Amino acid sequence: MKTERYEMVVGLEVHVQLKTRTKAFCGCSTDFGAPPNVNTCPVCLALPGALPVLNERAVQLAVRAALGLGCAVNPVSVFARKNYFYPDLPKGYQISQFDQPLATGGAIVVGQTEDGKAVQIGITRLHMEEDAGKSIHDRYPGSTAIDLNRSGVPLIEIVSEPDIQSSAQAGAYLRTLKQILQYLDVSDVSMEEGSLRVDANISVRPPGQTKLGTKTEVKNMNSFSAVERALEAEYARQCALLDSGGKVEQQTLLWDGARESVRPSRTKEGSHDYRYFPEPDLRPLLLDQGWINDARKNLPELPEARRTRLTQELGIAAAEIDQLMATPALVEYFESVARASRDPKAAFNWVMGEVSAALRVSGEEIDRFRVRPADLAQLITLVKDGTISHTAAKRVFALMVETGKPAAQIAADEGLAQVGDDGALAGWVDEVLQEHPDEAKRYLAGEKKLQGVLVGFVMKKSKGRADPRRVNQLLSSRGG
Amino acid sequence: MTPEEFTTAGAAAISAAVRAGKVTPSETVKAAFERARAIGAGKDALNIFLHADEAASIEEAKSMHERVQSAADIGILAGVPVAIKDNIASLGLPTTCGSRILADYVSPFEATAVSRLRAHGALVVAKTNMDEFAMGSSTENSAFGPTRNPHDVRYVAGGSSGGSAAAVAAGITPIALGSETGGSVRQPAAFCGVVGVKPTYGRVSRYGLVAFASSLDQIGVVGRRVDDAAIALEAIAGFDKMDSTSSDADVPIYRLSALGKPAPLAREPDTEAMRIGRSPVPLPPPPDATTLEGVVIGKPREYFPESLDEGIRDLCERALDRFRSMGATIRDVSLPRSPLAVPVYYILAPAEASSNLARFDGVRYGLRVDPARGLKAMYETTRSQGFGREVTRRILLGTYVLSAGYYDAYYKKAQAVRTLIADDFRAVFNSGVHAIFTPTTPTPAFTVGAISDPYEMYLNDIFTVTANLAGVPAISVPIGRLRRLPVGGQIITAHFDEYSMFRVAYALEASLGDEAHQ
Repeated sequence: MKTERYEMVVGLEVHVQLKTRTKAFCGCSTDFGAPPNVNTCPVCLALPGALPVLNERAVQLAVRAALGLGCAVNPVSVFARKNYFYPDLPKGYQISQFDQPLATGGAIVVGQTEDGKAVQIGITRLHMEEDAGKSIHDRYPGSTAIDLNRSGVPLIEIVSEPDIQSSAQAGAYLRTLKQILQYLDVSDVSMEEGSLRVDANISVRPPGQTKLGTKTEVKNMNSFSAVERALEAEYARQCALLDSGGKVEQQTLLWDGARESVRPSRTKEGSHDYRYFPEPDLRPLLLDQGWINDARKNLPELPEARRTRLTQELGIAAAEIDQLMATPALVEYFESVARASRDPKAAFNWVMGEVSAALRVSGEEIDRFRVRPADLAQLITLVKDGTISHTAAKRVFALMVETGKPAAQIAADEGLAQVGDDGALAGWVDEVLQEHPDEAKRYLAGEKKLQGVLVGFVMKKSKGRADPRRVNQLLSSRGG
Repeated sequence: MTPEEFTTAGAAAISAAVRAGKVTPSETVKAAFERARAIGAGKDALNIFLHADEAASIEEAKSMHERVQSAADIGILAGVPVAIKDNIASLGLPTTCGSRILADYVSPFEATAVSRLRAHGALVVAKTNMDEFAMGSSTENSAFGPTRNPHDVRYVAGGSSGGSAAAVAAGITPIALGSETGGSVRQPAAFCGVVGVKPTYGRVSRYGLVAFASSLDQIGVVGRRVDDAAIALEAIAGFDKMDSTSSDADVPIYRLSALGKPAPLAREPDTEAMRIGRSPVPLPPPPDATTLEGVVIGKPREYFPESLDEGIRDLCERALDRFRSMGATIRDVSLPRSPLAVPVYYILAPAEASSNLARFDGVRYGLRVDPARGLKAMYETTRSQGFGREVTRRILLGTYVLSAGYYDAYYKKAQAVRTLIADDFRAVFNSGVHAIFTPTTPTPAFTVGAISDPYEMYLNDIFTVTANLAGVPAISVPIGRLRRLPVGGQIITAHFDEYSMFRVAYALEASLGDEAHQ
């Protein structure tokens, strides 16, 4: 295959919206989905005379993200103006950081090589900036509408080293990055809502060559898989271009998901001169080293560490942990249930089974789920100590979801406590044998495999309350 | 108070009369408007006001009257009429910056400095004319015509705060707010024979001041006498959470009546705020305004070049003699990098301006001229028609010096020289000098239309622009007349030491007496 004559070189620029209540430089709400231009004020509308004031919370979250990605946080960083004209950029410049960014030099592990070495992707820099508003071109024929609700929302831009060698690796990098940011609780990281956006720089070169080829920038991908497909398409385009004796031109391309191809952007990105200079309305951002150290100490547990710890401490297989890890709150919930019930295996089965199913039905987030970890742990304990049967437990769980009452109370109210009293059990066994004379005759004649069927009949008759272990014993004694 | 008294009385006297019930706020406001009519502040004569609403101002004065009668917390400016430069956002009157691009623009919010004036009882009577976006030294760059000098209408009032200086010089208001980027309060104050102050950078909140060059801009005050400027600065100074570059340094009491007493603070520092800048230990309060015993005044040789107008030199020497006679020591000093200030200024200020003025794009407010040939054509036509020649020149100059390939040669180098200029001031003040004295301008006012070469116009700022680049406070006070036109002398002190600046200015004013205007 001709394309193997080139290797892919990719660097990703990821913009992440920080989870603050208010914007980066004013007190306006960052709520998504408000009516147009409602969340605005003189500052984010760039009215004459308005001035930016830095949101301290945004700095805290940006620093947390930087530390979680292994970056060094710079004690002095400087905001800079990136100047360009566009109707949804009200000041005519974006407040960003340029030659003195917040943080530099991190890395994340995205997998393992065949011989077990960690595959790392370097992070060149992480800086703070503000978002622009939105231009809406298709709402009013012949006009462009501007919504400035997003203007001034705090972002971090995370720039990777050109370490990514395949589209699959790009996907792994993005999924890992997203999971880390989720665990750090700095962003909603939702591509649908635009709180995570990805631009890709891609070039190709013959294997072994150290010099980088001419790169193009690909934008407009709306999912991780779109990023992967766009990289494949652009890789193929660049390879074909070189094979036919052509040259790659530095340009910005837009991914067209419907056509599965890239097309040149209308704006000539390369011709922009952003005329960066230090933002005179903001003082340099000075961070005390002690404060940075405290922030590092207070970092939440990162996904990699949590996976390792849960595997070791709870004896749950890594593959099973990974199923829980997709949602940080879910693994948090699981861990609480596992510790309270002292039965990680049962906790896992409940969380992945009944709990997940209930959440799917209600569409709720786990943090808002009515059955709290302690409640579920109590239910697991009731099963384990034989108070209720597993069958009854499912019914109790459904009622816990419905009513929010504790498991023990529901079991008592509904009379679901397991019946181990031989008198009652013997009565049910007699009734079953009378009602099913054919099966009874064959069983008593020695057809042992019918015992399960008969136990089932007893369980049904007892509405799940009979202790199946005792029922088996009773039947065996009858069968002699 | 008689109408004649209103044209000369200080803010302290007016507010004392208002608080004592001898005069109502409505009367002070009416007196201001009557004076404006009598002297011809309108467009066809001195052209001082861009916007004024007499009926609304009188209504406001009436509610102030109720405040005076009911409340005990009436401020130091109770019932004092004030004029505001038109690049400072105010509620009720437009804020047009002397530009077509903002013609009719009314700000939905008010500058912190204006709110603080109002909180102290002041009554806003007008927005004053100015060079478009504060770019100019004569108010001839106003889109609404030049302001004329009240001393002689053939002459310019100076600029860019020409309207504010003229309003005070014409006896309309005892106080006006102006803004400084390179001398825009001190130079017109000197030309009009009034007092003009450029506070330390960070002393007054810039929130609501329409930005020209953010790292140099500072709201300043014009006063009939030093005390008027001092009271006004006391009212507006101090930390503001809406401006990250404002300082929480202590604000001492500057007014004349506090001289001789250990001055308490006018405003306590905001302890929650980041501490930006520090207050120096100012000169101790003297027993009265006429002694400068133990004070060292520096005379920088770079500000008295051989080419200096002899008349200006003589008036400065007279002022220096007065300092000596009051017990001060005059010391020759040097600010060696000052001659580089004008070129440095005309790189840095346009660079910031090119970015600050990008928001005037015809999209959200102000002028929009859309030839319906797409977005770029809308931008080009709006901005070409909205901005005047000087503003356009500076935007182009600023865009150029920030461009890739030129940034290091111009912007970066100019920033480095700016630091050296500030170091010069620091070195002088660290050597035991309390204040520096210089002429405010190299010449008195020139006639309207006399200067057409932009560079010649820029040289008007030669003695004032260094204080903006260094961030130090400076005041211009009248020191006499030359060819019947007012001349100003400049007193510069260390960062956040406005107290010493006012002390030296009070002494000079008291010593010169009527000679300050002769």
